[in-house]
Amino acid sequence: MSDSVFDDVDVDTMIPVRLLINGRDHELDVEPRDLLVLTLRDRLGLTGTHIGCETTSCGACTVLFDGRSVKSCTVLAVQADGHAITTIEGLAGDDGLHPVQDAFRRCHGLQCGFCTPGMVMAAVSLIDEGRATDEKSVRLALKGNLCRCTGYHNIVRAVLTAADPSLVDDA
Amino acid sequence: MIPAPFAYRRAESAEHAIELLSEFGEDAKLLAGGHSLLPIMKLRLATPAVVIDIGSVPGLSYIRDGGGEIAIGALTRHVQLEMSSLLRLQVPLLRHAASAVGDCQIRHRGTIGGAVSHGDPAADIPAALMALRATMVLQGPQSRRSMPIDDFYLGFLETALAPDEVLVEIRVPRPGPAPWGFQKFRRRSIDWAIVGVAYQGGDNPGIGLVNMGPTTVRAAAAEVAVLSGSAIEEAALLADAEAAPVEDAAASIAYRRHLSRVLLRRALAGEASS
Repeated sequence: MSDSVFDDVDVDTMIPVRLLINGRDHELDVEPRDLLVLTLRDRLGLTGTHIGCETTSCGACTVLFDGRSVKSCTVLAVQADGHAITTIEGLAGDDGLHPVQDAFRRCHGLQCGFCTPGMVMAAVSLIDEGRATDEKSVRLALKGNLCRCTGYHNIVRAVLTAADPSLVDDA
Repeated sequence: MIPAPFAYRRAESAEHAIELLSEFGEDAKLLAGGHSLLPIMKLRLATPAVVIDIGSVPGLSYIRDGGGEIAIGALTRHVQLEMSSLLRLQVPLLRHAASAVGDCQIRHRGTIGGAVSHGDPAADIPAALMALRATMVLQGPQSRRSMPIDDFYLGFLETALAPDEVLVEIRVPRPGPAPWGFQKFRRRSIDWAIVGVAYQGGDNPGIGLVNMGPTTVRAAAAEVAVLSGSAIEEAALLADAEAAPVEDAAASIAYRRHLSRVLLRRALAGEASS
């Protein structure tokens, strides 16, 4: 990589972005290299989105990007300009927990809880996409989210319960 | 894990992206969904001075019925391929290969153009496109040009794209109900393939191999065997005739060669792994 071109461009220029996060507009200036997950956590204080592997593997940083699950460690904040982002903080309404949150609680779909925000956001998306048709389909659709405690059993039950309680054999 | 600093430019159109590429040359990289580029930028394996974001360029995300062929815009995301009823009916191999990429989150962001342009031999989609004998449509400052996928891949992470060209469209034939198979072998479901095989049957059978060389490999000898009516077991033995796999932490060369024959046998039998 030649230094001449590098010198010609201004890597320090901040980029103005407008992010619609959990229904609220945020206008802020970001560095081009700022990751969405760090912008959410460090700039906006939304620390419910966790940082796990930072390599697009574990899914702890999963948020909804225009309603669909993405790993926010592998999205630049500038890429989210003009888009709607939903984090775990934006899920519960005035009338209580989101149905997926409620199902995780009722089914004991967590132990230490570190993976839970990402699991819940991934589950909201996969249910909305119609991927939760049986246990196997849920396991396949959740493969991008790692849990080191539960062995996944109760997580899968929680997702099936939230999607359609009749899908759970042993409920 | 944060990328090295870079300057950011947002392209408003393919033409604008080409202008920016012409301006910055090899110091620039195109960003679409970012699921090939950003991981290597975070590892500092890539440190482009300029990132040209084509992610919001309008008009490059489509799966269009073009008569004899189906035209797919470069910004079409894996999930759109996976969910496409047109592909399900007409190009089921490509739909299935897209469904095997990464995980849901990755498929929500990654694009076919990005996966194809990156040129990673471990990628699934290029092998499916190789089996389908896809045509790549490249746009440069002066004009568009088309080429068969065989001419597009030159070497490890190396394609026929000139520094000022953008891959804008991929065209695939519509094999419809012809037999096909797809095999992706890895230790864990979220891993890249240790070896993968894509097979498209029909009048002109095609076989593409994942991770069996510096770039996506066509199993030409096995294709000839299939066309001439050889038994599945015999054709599968020719899977690695043109391959030049490397050894890495996941597999030895001999194991990769063995896997390619086993997986081709399964693919020729019409099996599809998830």
